[in-house]
Amino acid sequence: MKLFALICVCTLFAGFACAQSGTAVPGGQDTAALEQKVRDLEDRLIALEGQVRVLKAQAGQAPAATPAGAPTEAASQAPAPAENVAAVSAPVSLGGAGGSAAKALNPDISMIGDFIGYAGGNSIQPSPALQMHESEIGMQAIIDPYARGDFFLSFGETGVGLEEGYITFTALPESFVVRVGKMRSAFGKVNAMHNHVLPWVDRPLVTNSLVGGEDGIDDAGVSVERIIPFPKGIFLSATGQLFRGDSGSGDELVFQSHQKSDVSTVAHLRGYKDLNESTNLDLGLSYARGHNELGTNFVTSLYGVDATLRWKPLRRAIYHSFVGRSEFIWSQRQQAPFEQRAFGMYASGEYQFHRRWFLGGRYDLSDRPRQANLTDKGGSVILTYWPSEFSQIRGQYRFTDYAGDHRTNELLMQVIFSLGAHGAHPF
Amino acid sequence: MNHFFSRAGRLLAIAAIATTSLCFPPAAAAKKLNVVTATTDLAALAQEVGGDKINVESIARGYQDPHFVEAKPSFLLKLRQADLLVIVGLQLEIGWLPPLITQSGNARIQVGANGYLDASQFAEILEIPQGSITRAMGDVHPLGNPHYWLDPDNGRRVAKGIAGKLGEMDPADAAYFQQRDQDFERRLAEADKKWQAEMKPFHGRKVVTYHNSAPNFARHFGLEVVGFIEPRPGIPPTPSHTLDVINMMKRDHVKVIMVEPYFDRKTPDSIARETGGTVVEYLPSVGGVKEVTTYFQLFDYDIALLTKAFQANP
Repeated sequence: MKLFALICVCTLFAGFACAQSGTAVPGGQDTAALEQKVRDLEDRLIALEGQVRVLKAQAGQAPAATPAGAPTEAASQAPAPAENVAAVSAPVSLGGAGGSAAKALNPDISMIGDFIGYAGGNSIQPSPALQMHESEIGMQAIIDPYARGDFFLSFGETGVGLEEGYITFTALPESFVVRVGKMRSAFGKVNAMHNHVLPWVDRPLVTNSLVGGEDGIDDAGVSVERIIPFPKGIFLSATGQLFRGDSGSGDELVFQSHQKSDVSTVAHLRGYKDLNESTNLDLGLSYARGHNELGTNFVTSLYGVDATLRWKPLRRAIYHSFVGRSEFIWSQRQQAPFEQRAFGMYASGEYQFHRRWFLGGRYDLSDRPRQANLTDKGGSVILTYWPSEFSQIRGQYRFTDYAGDHRTNELLMQVIFSLGAHGAHPF
Repeated sequence: MNHFFSRAGRLLAIAAIATTSLCFPPAAAAKKLNVVTATTDLAALAQEVGGDKINVESIARGYQDPHFVEAKPSFLLKLRQADLLVIVGLQLEIGWLPPLITQSGNARIQVGANGYLDASQFAEILEIPQGSITRAMGDVHPLGNPHYWLDPDNGRRVAKGIAGKLGEMDPADAAYFQQRDQDFERRLAEADKKWQAEMKPFHGRKVVTYHNSAPNFARHFGLEVVGFIEPRPGIPPTPSHTLDVINMMKRDHVKVIMVEPYFDRKTPDSIARETGGTVVEYLPSVGGVKEVTTYFQLFDYDIALLTKAFQANP
């Protein structure tokens, strides 16, 4: 029986080889050579399949790589920008692949919902009971061989804001990374983070008081970053940023530009070292300077120190981790009659005790920037549950003591959910 | 005082940029090609064909879940010096590699540049989803199963692809890379014969794996993966699914549970107790344990473990 099967297989191989080469090979002869030939053919087929996959993936990038003629041509025919884009993408349609090829041109689109519920009274910083706090649309793509683009539009329940929208030039000489557009500035750690990656429902008191609140220092300008070679496995990078000079609004305003020369600057120096493969230390120095709402002659300067200690054992990386973080911020604000010097800080820790569970705490302290002799203090306990990587449910108990004469206890509840392909966030 | 502070600030911002550009010129170009790979398996394959003409380093460790690597800045130090970046592809690294590439400031390894090599293009890919997919299916990979390196045939194809790329980047040593590739192919074919012979008595045996990371391995060595500890890819085990797995294993007489070293053993161990089976902590990657440093040792190790488990559970 086995012999019969073997003969059958050999005959099949022989038939296959005949069809390929046209020479007749009697069954049973030189099966090794035939097997080799089948393997080679199989390899060629797999290589071809791979090429097809690559071509399919590149279908979206191909028009971007040869944009020189296309846009001008399209522009002369189509006045509206929307049609312009359509005209550029149209030439990709090859036979039946048109639909998918045109789709491949689209950026990665994601939408993140951030729902917050509040219980407890707070007359100083009142919040609605239930709120669709933010809906963030992200669109991210590689623009051309030299740059990538990232857009984050933030929808409140009533209005829309451009949270970030910038181009990053990735292929510059001397390892410079340059960003142009509107971006969250590199002042400290929390300022650069989007709401949905924070380990808390809210932002620390010091952010709200001294660094522009939820939006933070988020402005239009240019950012230049470079890694500085340093021995002993230490990672050093320096960032210099120049902005128009507008950040925050209302009580949370930090910088305001009254004339074109009222630009603001931000500088950040970051040092990082792996203490071992599970633990690392991340330190930063920050500086920001701009003009405040009182006029061109009134300057606000901010100084910051941040430290982060992370622990994540590689073998159990999906089950346990710890992040401890603290930022100290000093504000120096020129105003009448006296300059105000305020200090604020937070210290927080978050421990992952199970694959889906995180427990955290935070201590807050901040002077008021316009009246530095008033100091607010607070503390929070946070419990987070992750049904999957794409959703989070979080509860936070928050105690706040506003300048010693007003105390609040609040309960915050948050649901974050993510649709589509949201790009990974910087570490 | 104010003047001092504002001036100091401006100076600081300018100095930050100036120091970076002036004080530290980039290191002189080394003669050897610097190759950085996403995983240890690709590093092992690159080492086989690159020999002493390349320096090769992997970002992920062999005992780490390659889906969840942290994008640490220390990896940027490796990437900014890299001439060639070899990735697994199929979105395995989507959660951590893209920001590293962007921040590296290295034009040579940007997506689509000459020094960016997606190794999945050389390999036979299984389980490419047909029709529409949603995240209700868990963390599915829309481009196909990315754990393709656990098939020696794919190892051979990827090594050949890397050798071709190295030859293209360093034409003076192209013949050297080709010769090493042929030598690797020959040794791999011999080793594969031995592995196949060892696994032959267990052809058609049914196994359960924790994550769906062994379809290529199972197909090459004639095993049948009949279930997963995870109810869906990336979703941790649930009591009801665990019960289903236990019942299925008892019914179909499945005795071997293959678990990757980065998963919790609690559920697989309790399933093994219930069903009288054995948990095999197999290695999905080179470097999963200290002794396994080459692509050959990876299969030696896994096949030794599996054959022992199959013998113990006839």
